[in-house]
Amino acid sequence: MTRAGASGTTMNRHKIGMLFFIGSEIFFFLTLLSSYAYLSGAFGDLPRAVLAVPRTFVFSLFLFSSSLTIWMAERAFHRRRFGAFRGWMVLTILLGLTFLVGQAIEYTELIRTGVTLNYDVFGSAFFTLTGFHGLHVLTGLIMLSSLTGLSFAGKLGPENESALASIAYYWHFVDAVWVAVFSVVYLIFV
Amino acid sequence: MTQKSAAATPEHVAPQELPFPPLNRGWGWLAWFSTTDHKKIGILYIVTSLFFFGVGGIEALLIRIQLAAPNARVLTPAEYNAIFTMHGTTMIFLVVMPILIGLANFLVPLMVGARDVAFPRLNALGYWVFLLGGIVIYLALFTGSLANAGWFSYAPLSEYAFSSRPGMDYWIVGLIETGVGTIGAAVNLIVTTVRYRAPGMTWRRMPLFVWMMFITSLLILFALTPLNAGLIMLLGDRILHMHFFRANASGGSAILWQHIFWFFGHPEVYIMALPAFGIISEVIPVFSRKPIFGYNFVAGSGVAIGLLSFAVWVHHMFAVGLGVPLNAAFSGASMLIAVPTGVKIFNWSTTMFQGRIRLKTPLLFAAAFIIQFVIGGITGIMFAVVPIDWQLTDSYFVVAHFHYVLFGGTMFALWAGVYYWFPKFTGRLLHERLGKWHFWLAVIGFNMTFFVQHILGLIGMARRTYTYPNLPGYFALNLISTIGAFILAVSVLLFLWNLVWSFRKGEIAGDNPWDAWTLEWATTSPPPEHNFVRLPPVNSARPLFDLAHPEMADGISKRTEGHA
Repeated sequence: MTRAGASGTTMNRHKIGMLFFIGSEIFFFLTLLSSYAYLSGAFGDLPRAVLAVPRTFVFSLFLFSSSLTIWMAERAFHRRRFGAFRGWMVLTILLGLTFLVGQAIEYTELIRTGVTLNYDVFGSAFFTLTGFHGLHVLTGLIMLSSLTGLSFAGKLGPENESALASIAYYWHFVDAVWVAVFSVVYLIFV
Repeated sequence: MTQKSAAATPEHVAPQELPFPPLNRGWGWLAWFSTTDHKKIGILYIVTSLFFFGVGGIEALLIRIQLAAPNARVLTPAEYNAIFTMHGTTMIFLVVMPILIGLANFLVPLMVGARDVAFPRLNALGYWVFLLGGIVIYLALFTGSLANAGWFSYAPLSEYAFSSRPGMDYWIVGLIETGVGTIGAAVNLIVTTVRYRAPGMTWRRMPLFVWMMFITSLLILFALTPLNAGLIMLLGDRILHMHFFRANASGGSAILWQHIFWFFGHPEVYIMALPAFGIISEVIPVFSRKPIFGYNFVAGSGVAIGLLSFAVWVHHMFAVGLGVPLNAAFSGASMLIAVPTGVKIFNWSTTMFQGRIRLKTPLLFAAAFIIQFVIGGITGIMFAVVPIDWQLTDSYFVVAHFHYVLFGGTMFALWAGVYYWFPKFTGRLLHERLGKWHFWLAVIGFNMTFFVQHILGLIGMARRTYTYPNLPGYFALNLISTIGAFILAVSVLLFLWNLVWSFRKGEIAGDNPWDAWTLEWATTSPPPEHNFVRLPPVNSARPLFDLAHPEMADGISKRTEGHA
């Protein structure tokens, strides 16, 4: 990274690209979030009746803490302690999976009560917003699993630092989006 | 580190930053399918958009034939709806955006002195996904239906209850795909600009086309994902029977679609206009033999436009009735955005003022751009005044207004750019005399087609209706407009013929036929696969001028006067 052209920045293309891509994604979620808020006047008492706020909060804690574990994984990676790195990565993946399990339980219950995608405007807005977040968690898990798999296969070295860093950016972003989604769906408009 | 790097080679890219080697050697024409070379991808974008330009142009002619005389029955109302919808969709998403991205793909890396783009494979993926989207939109033809709710597809008209044919679904899916592809292209352009500039090329020495494409790419990132979110909701409404925009008891809101669409739609206007500003800012100085007047203001006003473009969308919705406070706020913001745009007009005209004008085709198109864009801009400010908007919205005055911006503005700028950079793309100059015929026929045809539409709008002709009664003035003005459209079509045919003829037999251009100053002219025409053998030092915004005139180099004397 000695000769950085005119930019003078030491960030490489993967990290910059990921940051701008995340910027684009933020506007995607802002649109879904503001649509949810815009339509919330027509929700009535339904969200309060069907959403299990405390349970979702507990499952959210799993996702929130995964931001910490991936940070620990990065730290271990920088110190070349790859065993610890893999441990933290597996833990991160498990935390993300637990969150998705929580979402699956919630969806199953809602659908059993009859609140589906096309039940009413709440169903449409709720499943679209949380569903797209869930898809992003899944995408993140696929990327994290690929990295971890490569590491177990001995094919992930210090030269792949930027791959890990940009995937970590993405994971933090997915986490931060959930802070917004949880606040809007489970705290403000219930 | 900038001053000492005389005659730097493009080795400034750190080794681990080098993209993957091209995978496409020795495959003949099949190499076009596997290429990751930004120059080839740029040409793919441009050729694709020329093809769709033909399609959209034929659609425009069909519209004008139908409207040539009152009570005509050339097209059925249903066909007319589909054709004006596809005309708008095609021209915006499949012609203007890809040709701008194609130019940027070819030129931005060359202008910043990079040997390749940041993400060659993402870039290729972006093109192919975009192309898939374009094909999907038209694939609907095989279902016997096309999208027919207008290019902004207002709900609930675009909902299943009112447009039950599958053409709408193809339109939605196709647009999502072109959006995804375009975002890929934008990320690539941004990182290339941020990270791959040559030594010495600071932000304030970047060519203005690169500046404008950088801002455009940011607008693409932040405007196209909201559109995609809206399209996904609309698709959900249509095929999963969701309730977002359905105006029924379930609580959906058709106005929400308008908000989402125009939150995308207004930045989209600048996505199509800013690159045009960039082209004009390159062409005018070179053909006036002066540096651009007020470089900082051109770049800075571009940033201001980019920011403001996210704060004016409700001016497309004044007729909805959202209340005085909201209308007033957005009316003010819309007038404000005219200021940075006006600044640029002064930059360009003062650059030409007292310059040594070389009246070649690129400059002719650039000059026509300024005049026509100002007309479109002034009618735009008129629409920022709420009562005028209420009176004229959905009339032919709107059609005249945005065609002055997008055709008289962007399209003329694109033509200026094509005449200017064609030698760099192909190694041959476009034929100058054919170019002048193209120019004059285009100016006459364009103004004949669209100027009279201002009057038609003022006397009350509504847009998007397939025919009109024989009211006083309607027939004559519409006939003039249709004749103008055919003159315009002839000029476009001349242009296409010029491209084909000059590609084979045009005058050999050499590296720098216009005696221009930016880095793309420092390499051969067409450039080699890795763009540069040697880069000149970059000590100002005009490195090639400095190289030719070391005694009065910009980087040393800060001169802004013309040179004799």
